Amino acid sequence: MEAQLQQLKEEALQKIEASQNVKELNDVRVAYLGKKGPITDLLKGMGKLPAEERPKMGALVNVVREEVTEVLEARMTLLQEQAIQEQLEKESIDVTLPGRPVKTGNHHPLTRVVEEIEDLFISMGYEIAEGPEVEKDYYNFEALNLPKGHPARDMQDSFYISEDILLRTHTSPVQARTMEAKEGKPIKIICPGKVYRRDNDDATHSHQFTQIEGLVIGEDIRMSDLKGTLSVFAKKMFGEDREIRLRPSFFPFTEPSVEMDISCFKCGGSGCNVCKKTGWIEILGAGMVHPNVLEMAGYDSKKLSGFAFGMGPERIAMLKYGVEDIRHFYTNDVRFLSQFHRTEV
Amino acid sequence: MLVSTKWLAEYVNTQGLDPKELGEKITRSGIEVDAVIDRTQGMTNVVVGYVKECVKHPEADKLNICQVDVGEETTQIICGAPNVAEGQKVIVARPGAVLPGGMKIKKAKLRGEESNGMICSLQELGIEGRLVPKAYAEGIYVLPETATPGESALPLLGLDDTILELGLTPNRSDALSMLGVAYEVGAILSEDMKYPEATYNEGNEKASDYLSLRVDATSENPMYVAKVVRNVQVKESPLWLQHRLMAAGVRPHNNVVDITNYVLMEYGQPLHAFDYDRLETKEIVVRLANEGEKIVTLDDQERTLKSNHLVITNGKEPVAIAGVMGGANSEVHDGTTTVVIESAYFAGGSVRQTSKDHNLRSDASARFEKGVDPNRVILAAERAASLLAELAGGEVLAGSVVVDELDKTPVEVVVSPDFINNRLGMKISLEDMTSILTRLKFDHQAANGYLYIKAPTRRQDIKIPEDIVEEIARMYGYDEIPMTLPVEESKPGGLTSYQARRRQVRAYLESAGLYQAITYSLTSKEMSRKFALETAPVTELLMPMSEERSTLRQSLIPHLLDAVTYNTARQADTVALYEVGSVFLGETESGLPHEQEHLAAVIAGKWVDHSWQGEKKAVDFFVLKGIVEGLMELLGHSKELTFERAVVDGLHPGRTASIQLAGEEIGLIGQLHPSEQKARDLKETYVVELNLAKVLNKEVEALYYAPVSKFPSITRDIALVVDSEKVAGELQAIIQLSGGRLLKGVHLFDLYEGEKMEPGKKSVAFSLTYFDPERTLTDEEVVNAHNKVLKALAEQAGAELRG
Repeated sequence: MEAQLQQLKEEALQKIEASQNVKELNDVRVAYLGKKGPITDLLKGMGKLPAEERPKMGALVNVVREEVTEVLEARMTLLQEQAIQEQLEKESIDVTLPGRPVKTGNHHPLTRVVEEIEDLFISMGYEIAEGPEVEKDYYNFEALNLPKGHPARDMQDSFYISEDILLRTHTSPVQARTMEAKEGKPIKIICPGKVYRRDNDDATHSHQFTQIEGLVIGEDIRMSDLKGTLSVFAKKMFGEDREIRLRPSFFPFTEPSVEMDISCFKCGGSGCNVCKKTGWIEILGAGMVHPNVLEMAGYDSKKLSGFAFGMGPERIAMLKYGVEDIRHFYTNDVRFLSQFHRTEV
Repeated sequence: MLVSTKWLAEYVNTQGLDPKELGEKITRSGIEVDAVIDRTQGMTNVVVGYVKECVKHPEADKLNICQVDVGEETTQIICGAPNVAEGQKVIVARPGAVLPGGMKIKKAKLRGEESNGMICSLQELGIEGRLVPKAYAEGIYVLPETATPGESALPLLGLDDTILELGLTPNRSDALSMLGVAYEVGAILSEDMKYPEATYNEGNEKASDYLSLRVDATSENPMYVAKVVRNVQVKESPLWLQHRLMAAGVRPHNNVVDITNYVLMEYGQPLHAFDYDRLETKEIVVRLANEGEKIVTLDDQERTLKSNHLVITNGKEPVAIAGVMGGANSEVHDGTTTVVIESAYFAGGSVRQTSKDHNLRSDASARFEKGVDPNRVILAAERAASLLAELAGGEVLAGSVVVDELDKTPVEVVVSPDFINNRLGMKISLEDMTSILTRLKFDHQAANGYLYIKAPTRRQDIKIPEDIVEEIARMYGYDEIPMTLPVEESKPGGLTSYQARRRQVRAYLESAGLYQAITYSLTSKEMSRKFALETAPVTELLMPMSEERSTLRQSLIPHLLDAVTYNTARQADTVALYEVGSVFLGETESGLPHEQEHLAAVIAGKWVDHSWQGEKKAVDFFVLKGIVEGLMELLGHSKELTFERAVVDGLHPGRTASIQLAGEEIGLIGQLHPSEQKARDLKETYVVELNLAKVLNKEVEALYYAPVSKFPSITRDIALVVDSEKVAGELQAIIQLSGGRLLKGVHLFDLYEGEKMEPGKKSVAFSLTYFDPERTLTDEEVVNAHNKVLKALAEQAGAELRG
């Protein structure tokens, strides 16, 4: 019987060793250690043994069973680990395959420029003012010191709806309306919006375009305040090391009037194709609010003064992003629009 | 304004400055120099030649073989110009010369004959064709006999010069003259002026013996001066005068006309020359035209006049449109012997209106419109008379015929130095200010803490203290102004609630996959009303540039569809665009159209495209509807939002809905009509338009938190069999109304119409969630509530539970 036991043990260990997966091993467990297995049979058959041999034999069977169990468990752990390993290998993926796209759109480049400017001035205490795109001649011209017959009206040929109503040629009527509404109180606003002029559309002209203007009115507003404000704007918009220069100019609604150049952001001022070899780029027009404009809106030009500035987001976007044709802004070609996707803070 | 720097130097010392440097100084102190044009354009080897012999080329009809003395030698040149002739002094580009436009002159053989250079036209030297005197417009230019063969032709032609092109703003009409520019340069460089000579010997007879003058419209024409010059010889002007005119952008004609143009450029005072004999009446009467009166102008056009147009007449009929253009009937011609020179002050507004009505802009009208210097009217007449005496052999009759009611007193401006410094934020000393005024040649006195300034009449833009602020600032230098920021009460800036939410709408739509588009507001009349949310009169331009851009839009959809068509034609497989912009409806009390801010979106093509994992989906109605629902949820209106089937012209009749908030229509959504899709070569395309202003102005409840409950909710699914026409929204509404307070959610999760259903029926499945935040619901409570729902569905919609 002892010999039989040894043989069983050898057999079991061999089969454990030969098991290649969890299922085979479980079959071995059932075959040798199960209730109907040969080891259990041996234990059952112990009754036939003389009583004095029974404890010895019982102990021996138990030792063999424990030994086999131990080896089997060790083998089981190994096979289970192997199984997990195989599973993981089976589940592995090509991580270089494309992900499920999250499609998002983006701001139109003009909105991108306008919001950047708006946010800068909001941080300096400005509010955003808006007004109608179809305007009265009064707000578009007369209230801005451009009476009927004024030669400067030629500068901006207009789309008239009737003798007194037209598509606004600039966002300045928003300033006139705001001044009228504020009844002599201080003002600090930015006015963005669409404007219209009688131009044939080509690479540099568009009958519809956008403007963004600023207006500050208060006690003792000086030209130096305008220059300082514009310098903050230029640095924020075009880089910390931008310098500005003012050149005399003319607008009927400001006196003195200036144009502002910034040092070229591409070459830094040494001269390149962006600044046409001058080192400077014209960015905006500005000036001190003309006393006639203040008086027309009911402001006492002896007590209050102000400055105003205005620029074209198209021009800024063209300079900043190197866009060569203004018509791109209104064609809405997805291949154009989608290039303004990434953030740039 | 084109300013020859050589000519300019006759009136002011330009200190030998390089023209570029001079241009920069002018730009920085007030007048923008748009371009500095080198007239030599790099030309060399262009000399005077003498045509000793000129014979026809034996092999070519149109070519001539010329033997030309070019100083150091006589050489053969083949010339094709029709006007080349023996004995002429001509311009020769010698081999090695480079002409404007890059043409290189080489020795060549033309039909077997050697040609050592080229005899040139003025055009070949870079002069615009429109400026070349008519006699030489079609051929070579012939130089005066005094030219010496071999000498450089460039100085003779004034081409050794640099032009400053001024970009003048409307206020600086004083710089529309060489003298005006000289004053400006004099101020910049602290130099004095040299004035042109205007001396001549007067004849014995008086102008007034020849001519009488009456002005019937002195508000339009407050000053009129006429001088009479006899025995004039009309001929070609001397070369120096011709090339100065060409440098200034004026075509030379004959000496009389050239002199009037020369003085116009010099003084900024337009002049006109009449042929005295052709006036016939010995009388000039200035009056407003009779309505419908006609005149043939110098350009041979017959023009019909209106009663607000000022005309010069001979007492009977118009001989010129005042300040705009002369009449053909009194034009100076080769046989003219007696000339009347007109120098007048015509009111700007009158000239402007007349020139606009006739669409006729001239150098003269441009100056009158902006206002000429009242004190130069006589000076210019005198200068022209002296040149006529000098260059046309004329005899100037004594005196002038004059009507003068023009106010010529300078404007006085009183301003304190403190005011100037306060406006600028600077501390400029009084001495520096007065020194600038001296340089500007403004009459001024400092007394009692004020500056008393008499603005010269040439500077009509100087009227108020602020104008002096600008003069001081630009001459002192804008670079000197310090940089400060406004000192004021500190107030927060920011967006209005409307503006902030509009930004959120944009951000939402972009994160939903749409690109922001900006399209034109102007469209064709036909398209303007298409897809409009409401019926209103359209707003049309008085004078559109084209039919395509004649009317303001009432919907954003048409131009967005154009963008879809454009992109699809360029192989875009998905187009998803939105726009926020105004539409223009009818008219408000103020006369302006009612401007409404709308939001529109279009989608076409693929929506989900992740094909390697088998996910692919084209756009459909519910993609766009989902975007609208999400938007309304963002804005706090999802509970009031409903969609109702609608019919809209241009949209698919079965796939269109009106969008409503609390029963009020706010927009439309639908598929583009298949026939429109076909016309545009598009696949299924969906559009939506919302009255954004109405949505954003709608009140929203304040956001308030509801505690998150620890009790579970209970879900019951029901599958209903209803008539096919029953819409899901109606079933959902019945469920919501009948579910009681415990029903917290209804969610449609299945829809089936097909073989397994009885004809005319469909199955709609909803998942209903019951919930009480205070406790766990009992089965009985749920059953009670649920039974009420089922009962209502059966009664109100004939819905049966699907077995």
